[in-house]
Amino acid sequence: MITLKVNRKEHAVDVNPETPLLWVIRENLGLTGTKFGCGMALCGACTVHLDGEAVRSCVTPVSRAAGKSVTTIEGLSSDLSHPLQKAWIANDVPQCGYCQSGQIMSAAVLLREKAHPTDVDIDEAMSGNICRCGTYQRIRSAIHLAAKMKAEGSAE
Amino acid sequence: MSDILNFSRRDFLKTGAVAGGGLVLGLYVPLGNRLMAAEKTGTAFAPNAFIRIGTDDLVTVIVNHSEMGQGVYTALPMLVAEELDADWSKVRVQSAPAAPAYNHTAFGIQMTGGSSSTWSEYDRLRKAGATGRAMLISAAATKWNVDPSACRAENGAVIHSASGRRLSFGELAESASHLEPPKDVKLKDPKDFKLIGKATRRLDTPEKSNGKGMFGLDVTVPGMLVALIARPPVFGGKVKSLDASKAKAIKGVRHVVQIDRGVAVVADGFWPAKLGREALDVTWDDGALAGLDSTAQREQYAQLASKPGAVAKKDGDAVAAMSGAAKKLDAVYEVPYLAHAMMEPLNCVADVRANSCEVWTGTQFQTMEQAVAAKTAGLKPEQVQIHTMLLGGGFGRRAVPDAHFVQEAVQVSKMVKAPVKVMWTREDDIRGGYYRPTAYHTVAGGLDASGNIVAWQQHIVCQSFMAGTPFEGFAIKDGVDATAVEGVSDMPYGIPNVLAEWTMAPGGVPTLWWRSVGHSHTAFVVESFLDELAHAAGKDPLDVRRALLAKHPRHLGVLELAAQKAGWGTPMAEGKGRGLAVHESFGSFVAHVAEVTVSNDGAVKVDRVVCAIDCGPTVNPDTIRAQMEGGIVFGLTAALYGKITFENGRVQQTNFHDYPVLRMNEMPVVEVHIVASTDKMGGVGEPGTPPIAPAVTNAIFAATGKRIRRLPIRAEDARKG
Repeated sequence: MITLKVNRKEHAVDVNPETPLLWVIRENLGLTGTKFGCGMALCGACTVHLDGEAVRSCVTPVSRAAGKSVTTIEGLSSDLSHPLQKAWIANDVPQCGYCQSGQIMSAAVLLREKAHPTDVDIDEAMSGNICRCGTYQRIRSAIHLAAKMKAEGSAE
Repeated sequence: MSDILNFSRRDFLKTGAVAGGGLVLGLYVPLGNRLMAAEKTGTAFAPNAFIRIGTDDLVTVIVNHSEMGQGVYTALPMLVAEELDADWSKVRVQSAPAAPAYNHTAFGIQMTGGSSSTWSEYDRLRKAGATGRAMLISAAATKWNVDPSACRAENGAVIHSASGRRLSFGELAESASHLEPPKDVKLKDPKDFKLIGKATRRLDTPEKSNGKGMFGLDVTVPGMLVALIARPPVFGGKVKSLDASKAKAIKGVRHVVQIDRGVAVVADGFWPAKLGREALDVTWDDGALAGLDSTAQREQYAQLASKPGAVAKKDGDAVAAMSGAAKKLDAVYEVPYLAHAMMEPLNCVADVRANSCEVWTGTQFQTMEQAVAAKTAGLKPEQVQIHTMLLGGGFGRRAVPDAHFVQEAVQVSKMVKAPVKVMWTREDDIRGGYYRPTAYHTVAGGLDASGNIVAWQQHIVCQSFMAGTPFEGFAIKDGVDATAVEGVSDMPYGIPNVLAEWTMAPGGVPTLWWRSVGHSHTAFVVESFLDELAHAAGKDPLDVRRALLAKHPRHLGVLELAAQKAGWGTPMAEGKGRGLAVHESFGSFVAHVAEVTVSNDGAVKVDRVVCAIDCGPTVNPDTIRAQMEGGIVFGLTAALYGKITFENGRVQQTNFHDYPVLRMNEMPVVEVHIVASTDKMGGVGEPGTPPIAPAVTNAIFAATGKRIRRLPIRAEDARKG
């Protein structure tokens, strides 16, 4: 049995400890917002937060998450209230949408670390996340917009 | 297999004839379970196959085209809502089941492709909405005992204009459901549109921003097992011997079964299935393609190109004009096989029972999936339910005439007597075939003494992915596959003598349409070689196109707009260049101007792309912009990186490290300009892709003087000097 906290809730799972966290999240816990894209940490579709840091869950053995706190897209907000989600909606970022959970989870760490990321910051933080529909330009502007919303929100 | 295809062909023709009849009103089609449940509780009014109105005022539009990112779950409901005068905030979307009522109005089967969803539904769905509106108005007029002409619909309600009385659609739904649909309905004058033509937020963005959207891969049904399939390492290979003992010993592996297309390892979840597949001991008979090698294949294509081909276009006498030309240019252009590499790898859930089969998948081809699933399960098509999920990208890969990824899942479910989700890994996807065909073009051009282009000869060698499918009769005429030569056979340039030929390359490697189909290579060759001829004549490439497109105002319109917005002709810094290309595909006209920087080592960075599109009347302009942005990125990935190659019959690429795609740090600034147009409506999903590669390679020529004639672009080809 491996115990881990996902989206602030404790879970105990009986799996091979080598099993990537991705499959525990998706198959054992039924949280399918985190996606499978490559299985080699090349595309970022499976990005989640492990104790607050962005990790590629497709190559993270579940044993590494034991006793730690995992946040998935479902745990980012319950009501689309995160500034990134608001900005994603305002800019109509997604096309097929498959990569967007991973994009948002990567961007959330960026935004926490840098209140006003530059384009270079965005390039560095987001180049591990592939979008085959080509929404990069909208992702970039949505991150800038979310940073602005966040700043205005905290100023209130 | 041939039985399936024969069946499908008959079905295809039959339904095609019916679809020509237009709107099928009052038709109650068999619906999916969830929808039936909804009907029992909420839906009170279903005026046709596309609209359900509940007593709760919610308007559910049943969308028969698959949402793969191109925005049909918004654009198509907009067509209905406009004519229904629905309250847009109350509009919901449900994917249509597989049924003839949902067949494509032009293509006769239920499918999504060819950038056709919006134009093909433009009349049918507006009529469906207008019919619903007329019935709701009639219901209200009866209640109020007034003439229907004294009432109007507005924002989800019917209003009696004189008295101001108002009943919501939900309040009218029950009584409207007892009325006969009117035979004729009047559609709005476009000047009265409230939604169509206005940038409208996508209905699916929220569920794609919180992880709730359900893609095929996300489906779970009770008792479901997960399967991975070991497929032959060489296309056409077969299992020679199989030892599954080690695989079966892995905890969580339930079954190992041999199927038509390989060996399925069926387990409790993905990870044991993967470990089980790795533990399989399979010996393969590689078959006829065991020696396939990309270098040798290129030689074979060159040989084929040197002999006469089937004639795809013939104007004047190109051979005579070429021999009389003052100046002659020859070139060879080459493009490789390409994988679609959608972000969501292929997958399919199938649940085969004694008298039914349910399929959950992201598909662009419901009619084919239903036919193939039925055949595989030993059932009738109407016993097969297809649940179309969100598609994590399509690009043509989920429209497969042989429906192989559904066939596999149905076969495995039938064999293990349980619902099964067959998943593809990224490696399965990249090495899985159904590629954009590799193509070899020879092209020659002749200039007269004044530098006018007087002759053009082109010979294309590539595989046909239509041959041997139910679509062969539609696509292949007089020995020419239209999907292999489109973009050349309909070349708009006013060149008096043109001869274009095609030779079908030997088959074997599974090939398929890939976003923009034949245009994906023909636009590259035509627009590059035209640039070569312009430079050979000492003329500006924009001026040359202007002169040759005098009779093509829509081409000219986008060309001029893109050139003007990009500042064509203004000077650029050392190492930078600007290139343009214009191309018509899928009924729309797109011009791109690309700006590039080429470093001393030949590395190419695309800095900016200015795009102009004329797709006729617009439905959701923001989606048009998004599709241009996406189509440009898709084409840039192919131009800069895309390449599937073979050695010893085996595909050499496996995942995103050796089949790279464009990333955030490489994204150019893209500007999209839409021509205000009342011309015929075209598509937007694909037309942004074809002209980007030549715009970039023409820009490289402007920057370095190096002409790129093979894709992907190699640094050694782009390096100056």
